[in-house]
Order: sequence, then structure tokens, then C-alpha cells
Amino acid sequence: MRNIYYLKAVSESLLNEMKINPDVVIIGEDIRYSLRGITKGFIDIFGPDRIIDTPISEAGLTGVGTGAAISGLRPVLEFQICEFIFFAFDQLVDQAQKLRYMSGGKLKNPVTYLVASSGAKGGMAGQHSDNPYPYLLHSGMKTVMPSTPYDAKGLLVSAIRDDDPVAVFLPVNLLGTKGDVPEEQYYIPIGKGEIKKEGDDITVVATGHLVKTALEAAKELEVKGISVEVYDPRTLLPLDRELLFKSVKKTGRLIIFDDSNRTCGFAAEVSAIIAEECFENLKSPISRITRADVPVPFSAQMESFVLPDKEKLLRAILKNFKNKGD
Amino acid sequence: MSEKITKELALELYRKMVLCRKFEEKVVELVNKNEIYGTTHEYIGEEAVAAGVCSALRNDDLLASTHRGHGHIISKGGDVRYMFAELLGRIDGYNKGKGGSMHIADVGIGVLGANGIVGAGVPIAVGAALAIKIKKLDKAVISFFGDGASNQGVVHEAMNMAAVWNLPIIFVCENNQYAVSTSVKYSLKIENISERSKAYGFEGKTIDGMDVLEVYNNSKEIVDKVRYTSKPFLLECKTYRYSGHFTAEKILNLNYRTEDEINYYKSICPILTFAARAIEDGICTKKELDDIDNSIINQIDEAVDFARKSKSPEPSDALNDMYATEYVGIPQKGWV
Repeated sequence: MRNIYYLKAVSESLLNEMKINPDVVIIGEDIRYSLRGITKGFIDIFGPDRIIDTPISEAGLTGVGTGAAISGLRPVLEFQICEFIFFAFDQLVDQAQKLRYMSGGKLKNPVTYLVASSGAKGGMAGQHSDNPYPYLLHSGMKTVMPSTPYDAKGLLVSAIRDDDPVAVFLPVNLLGTKGDVPEEQYYIPIGKGEIKKEGDDITVVATGHLVKTALEAAKELEVKGISVEVYDPRTLLPLDRELLFKSVKKTGRLIIFDDSNRTCGFAAEVSAIIAEECFENLKSPISRITRADVPVPFSAQMESFVLPDKEKLLRAILKNFKNKGD
Repeated sequence: MSEKITKELALELYRKMVLCRKFEEKVVELVNKNEIYGTTHEYIGEEAVAAGVCSALRNDDLLASTHRGHGHIISKGGDVRYMFAELLGRIDGYNKGKGGSMHIADVGIGVLGANGIVGAGVPIAVGAALAIKIKKLDKAVISFFGDGASNQGVVHEAMNMAAVWNLPIIFVCENNQYAVSTSVKYSLKIENISERSKAYGFEGKTIDGMDVLEVYNNSKEIVDKVRYTSKPFLLECKTYRYSGHFTAEKILNLNYRTEDEINYYKSICPILTFAARAIEDGICTKKELDDIDNSIINQIDEAVDFARKSKSPEPSDALNDMYATEYVGIPQKGWV
């Protein structure tokens, strides 16, 4: 198996889907020259009819994606900057995500939103560092956030082949990481999480680039005799509840490690689900390691202060065991 | 009637306009009796636009509609039985009672959807036109929008994209002169919204939207041209709505329009003026038009009867139709 970059895995997956299905087109800003590198060279293979650069019109291009999808295409929309979804909010949550339901199932809207660099990369400040997926989860939009190149390639296939809008968040901190990826096209089903590391003492639900961080923390804690299980939901909606319940029932302890805002965020939802469904299995209170509810500040010192990181996770895990009553 | 039209076309235009009018009059009655839940936005007064534009279309052409969409759907060939069933929230409605007045959609009759958000359907229509171009289909798209929507950002974005991609779309601005209570005299610094087409690099034209023949003749020429050249067009139809923005508006007593103004536009009613001209020019007889009136009254009564007999959905149907590709666990219901 080859060891390739996350970005390359995404690009390869998209290229294959475009070769397989002539209805797949890409719509976005700067995709012909490919600022992000995902669609580099695609224009030479597929031409301007399928690699469609748009003017700076994020709301408009999102509506165009919907219109094209309900008229028989299978568009992939690239949002260069994750905050662009705010511009397109009506078109995402009030149009694309609702049209099928409001039409009583008559319309089909198979569109994929590729949020090509989500999260804080360092020094990008308040409007280029968000992880805005909770807004979309709230609207019921299917959302995936692959944490490895292997998952990225496979989940993108499922997103494109799905007959509904699917948001694919690619964490900016993972684009330049490497992993083993098969050459052939394969898919990872939407709604299937994965235990990235088995453990007995505590479950850490980690998302996106924090999966890697959680695995590092788990390794450090092994020498202290704490066995951490790392659960990667991979799909944020629909969440693989069964796998999560199984893990929490085994360990009896839960920390959610997620790089989006705290209030009404993904971690809040997971906490609520476990409190409702597995309360009697818990040996200690659930805790959340998330971002602070402020915009990401520019200065490096303040930036790292507000973001979730390994130290914050380690502290939370150790505190959990200090408080243990068993 | 200076332009020569066939009797067949005259009767077709008349039939569509009367069907729109009678449909809406019945809707108002049913809203006032609380038989229709919520409220609707009636098309009364604007019938010449939908009838004229849609009669210039082929069956497989597409349109995106607005919150004031009943006339568009009827004129595009929508079945008033399924429309009434939808408005009564029944399972035989176009959208099984999930959409109601503002969200009727059926690609089968070329309706991409009405829309509850002003201007939001315009980029969706552009997307449909993009799909047509990429798939090399011989279809045209109509994007209806109003004077109010003309000031929304996405409408500007959508027109610009249609221009740079050379798409087969006609933006039909139904300028009924008021965005709810706000007059175009307040919200626009230009006389004609069609002037904006120049800024995007395509043609535009303003016409009398109270004259169905003028709307039809212009639409025919423009649709053929757009289909052939694959270049967008902005057609502004100046028109007027006789009733309020929505059914119950009159109880609010907003008084943003004078009685004189409303009465003037009623005096140039598109249906009555067209009927008078058609009879005067000997294109058809009064009896032929009366027969159409009577058949439409029957059609409406039968449609309402059909809708009333249609079953109500099961409450739990509310959890269906959310996703085309279904997964366990979604959608979540809000209780245990």
C-alpha cells in the first residue's frame, strides 16, 4: 500500500468519481488553477464544463449547486475557506437541506460540499479558523470529517454517491499528513464510526485532526497505566451510536475532544446522548474539551490558549481518574 | 387586437388566466374559513404574466417560482386537484402536505419549486440552466422573481453567473410595484428593473404585464432566442396585485396603497380587457369565453371536492421524506 498525503487521497477519490460518473461536476472558486490543490490538473482532463470556476459568489454558487443537483447533475462544491458557508447559510440550510422534505420526497438533491480547509491553521485569526460543522448538524445535514487519508478517500466516495446534501469537512491540519491508502477506489459507509485504538479505562470521542492528538495522548497515558479507547465517529451526522454506546458501556468514562465551539456544539450533543442513553454505565461525569466560545484570536499565545490540545486532554483524563469513586 | 393570434391561442391564454383567478378566489375563501391552514400569497391581478410567459414554453422547459407561485404552477400545467390537496395538507397534494402553498414542487411538470425566501429560487434556476447546458439539452429555464427580490444579493450573483456561463435562462421580473408595503418608488433609483441587465452584459426589456398578448408575444420571441443563443434575458413585466401581500393583510389596515390606485388597476384587469378585445376583434365569441368560465368553475369545485376527500397524512409521516439515502438514526425525533 502507498503512503500518500491526505490532500492527495481526497484529490484521487474525486478524480476517480469524475471518471466513473459523467454527472459529477465541481463548482467553486479558483478550482481550475486549484488554490488548495485538490483539483490540480482536473481542467486538462475534464474541461471547463465539469470544472466550473465561479465568480466570488458563495451564496449564489451554493444555489447553483442545488439547481444543478435537482436537475440531474451530481455537483461537488468546493468552499475554499470554511467561513464561506456563512455567506451561503440560507442556500445550505433553508434551501438545499430542506428541499427534499418540503417537496414530500419529490426532489433529490445529491450535492457534496467540500469544506476544503476547516479549522485553525495558525495565525489566520477570526474569520479563517472556524470549524462550523455544528451549524450544519443542527439543520440535519449529513456531515463527515475524515481523520486519516484512508478515511478521506473512502468517505468522499460515499458523500458523492449519496443522494442528499453531504458536507465533507477536511481539517486543515491534516491536509499535509500522510497515511496508507490503496490505489483502487473503495468506500467507507456514512454513519460508521471506528475505534482507532482500543482501551479499557476511558473513552475519548475525538474528531478530525484531534483523533491523531488523542492517539498520542493515549500512548503517553499507557505508561501511567491508563488504557484509553479512542472513538472516531468519522461521520458526525448520522452518528454511529451503537459503537459509541458499546465503548462507553465498556469503559464507563467519557471525554469528548472536539475542535468546535462549546455551546450547542458537537461535544454537547454527544454528552447529551450519552447522559440519556448510558447514564447508569457512567462511573464519572462526562467532560468536554472544546474550543472556547470566542473567535480564534490572532496572537499565537492566545490562539493556543483557546483551542483544544493534547495537554488539555491529558489534564482532563488525569482529573477524571483522580476523582474516581471506584 | 393588432397582432394576429389564433382562436386556439386566445382561448388558451384566457383559460389559463381565468383558472388562476378562480383558483385564487377559492383559496381566499378557504383561508378565510380556516379550511386552509396558515396563509397564502395570492396572484390575483398578475395573471397575464404567468399565462403569457408559460404559454410560450414547452412542457419540458423548467421554471422556478416564488412565494406568490400558484399562477406559475397552474400556467405551467399544474393540476389544480393536487394543488388544492396540497393546500389542504392532504396526502394527494403535490408534496403530500409537507410543503403547502409556498413549496409546491414537481419536476414532472417542470416546476423546480416555489420558494418562501424572496430571491432564493433565482440561483437555483441558474443551476438548472447550468445542468441543461452541460447535458446539452434543448430546454429553457424561467426564473420568476419580484421587484422586492431584485434587491437581494443572490439575485445579483445568479444573474452574473448566468451571464458569464451563457445559460439558457429568462429572468422574469414580476414587478407588482410593492415588496409587501415598500413601494418601488422608495426601493429603486431606476425606472425599470430591466435596465440592470446591461450591468450583467445581457439584454433586458420592460413590458406591460397587464396585457397577456404583449407578455405572450415577447416571451415567445425571447424564449426562442434564449433557447437558440443560450444567452440569458431579463424580462420585466409591470403588473399589480389586487389583494394584500398575503391573505389576511387587510385586517392589518396598512393602507400603503390608495383605493384610487387599486381601482385603476382593477379597471385594466388583464382578463376583462383581453376578453373584450378578443370579442371585438372577432377572434372568439362571448359564448365561447362564458363556456370557459363555466367549465373552470366546475373544475375548481371538483378539485376542491377531490382535495377534501383526500386523506390527511398520518402524523408520523412527518418523519419521512427527509433523506433520499436513508440511514439508521436520522432524522432524530425530539422526544423519548
